[in-house]
Amino acid sequence: MAKYLLLKHYRGGPQPHPNAETQMDQWTPEEISAHIEFMGKVADDLRERGEFVDGQALAPEGEFVRYDGEGRPPVTDGPFAESKDLIAGWMVIDVDSKERAYEAAAYLSSAPGKDGKPLHEWLEVRPFMGEPPVVE
Amino acid sequence: MIDEHLLRDLTPRALGVLVRRGADFASAEDAVQDALAEAVRRPPAEAPDEPQAWLVTVAWRKFLDARRSSSARALREVAVTREPPPGPAEQADDTLLLLSRCCHPALTPASAIALTLRAVGGLTTAQIARAFLVPEATMAQRISRAKRTLAGERFARPGDVRAVLRVLYLMFDHGFAGATGRGRNVGDADLAAEAIRLTRQLAASVPHDPEAAGLLALMLLHHARRAARFDAAGDLVALADQDRSRWDEAMIAEGVDLLQHALARDRLGEYQAQAAIAALHDDAASADQTDWPQILEWYDELVRLVPDNPVVVLNRAVAVGHVDGPLAGLRLVEELDPGLPRRDAVAAYLHERAGDRAEAARLYAAAARDAPSTAERTHLLKQAARLNRNRGGQ
Repeated sequence: MAKYLLLKHYRGGPQPHPNAETQMDQWTPEEISAHIEFMGKVADDLRERGEFVDGQALAPEGEFVRYDGEGRPPVTDGPFAESKDLIAGWMVIDVDSKERAYEAAAYLSSAPGKDGKPLHEWLEVRPFMGEPPVVE
Repeated sequence: MIDEHLLRDLTPRALGVLVRRGADFASAEDAVQDALAEAVRRPPAEAPDEPQAWLVTVAWRKFLDARRSSSARALREVAVTREPPPGPAEQADDTLLLLSRCCHPALTPASAIALTLRAVGGLTTAQIARAFLVPEATMAQRISRAKRTLAGERFARPGDVRAVLRVLYLMFDHGFAGATGRGRNVGDADLAAEAIRLTRQLAASVPHDPEAAGLLALMLLHHARRAARFDAAGDLVALADQDRSRWDEAMIAEGVDLLQHALARDRLGEYQAQAAIAALHDDAASADQTDWPQILEWYDELVRLVPDNPVVVLNRAVAVGHVDGPLAGLRLVEELDPGLPRRDAVAAYLHERAGDRAEAARLYAAAARDAPSTAERTHLLKQAARLNRNRGGQ
């Protein structure tokens, strides 16, 4: 088994599919409900298969923070309204193969959007660093 | 094993007995947890006839064992090493004593809630960890740190009831907000129900304090609506849109009764005032029949009782919007800090009532971007979507 991080972005990544271009507040309330319900179903299905580890959504605004020396408060920078890349949330899965990780990501990306059509939203899939092998 | 609910009721009593016998709080709490674990492991056939006496005996033995196995110096410090005969003190009500220790002002609210759930609520560390979505080791550490903060303090006199009420209020709020219609993100411990159970115990032990009864009433009057707070799809439903036939009438009746008795004592406090507002909402057969003028009077009381609280001012603006018109409400909202959570959502609500649907939709979408939870974000997005659709294909 290997762990993968599925990252959903508010912004960034390749050119969005046309289905993913409309802002959510321009959908109907029913379309929003159907979308949220689908996302929940994906997590439930992954749980059912014993592959779900964790999933969380992130607020759109955050800041960069760093150390500024002994006795000084942390330095902050941001939030950057124009930053090219913005992470919206993540899901961690533990699966048998890279192919299975991609299949799960594609399933998540098929969530319905405006007019009930699949969003085809881009998800970034990142493998976790593993443990060194026991037997070489 | 002994019935789990009974065990959890017995937890604070056993802890109270140990503390009264001279055990320090942290060691006594560990000993009671060990005794609970032993109770759970016992085969049903060996269930004791007198669970409370059994639990106290086992917990006391665990306490002494732990003391004996620690250093000799610690042993000398044990005030009482032989089990004293049960005395009248053991029948005394330790609820406030224990709660005020767990809700000590030296602890952060998160630590106080966790410690209260374990020491008085009788929940396991694993259950508490699941309720807060943190690893069990993290929660165990949070509880140990809280106990270290309290270590060494012998306590014979109960502390401040206000601090206890505050922690129980936050516990309820966490449980109520964290519960989702889809049943995800919640462990097996229902913190809202747990807060009600503990506040009930507290209110019984301080019958002279109308704020304890007021807080219990407040919790019941909100909890009564929980089945209607989410629709079939699991999305949040605003108070005005809830199916009121799904409200728990018996719970509302109990809350109203408690509140009336508390108010009759003529010592008003913030929890009684908030409960009165909740009771007026619960009392309306439909959203249109809500007695907004009376709600506004209670908000005026609340502003007097809790001055400089922008959240109260924001909620009062909604009542003003219903009584004096949405524009009057909006004028109050505009005086508040733009960064105040839920300010945009309230402004959107009032703009819609004033007939400005485009501005309402814009503000709902803005509120969704800043929403503090995914349930609220979805709800606010749907409000924006509803207004955008009804504006006719713009």
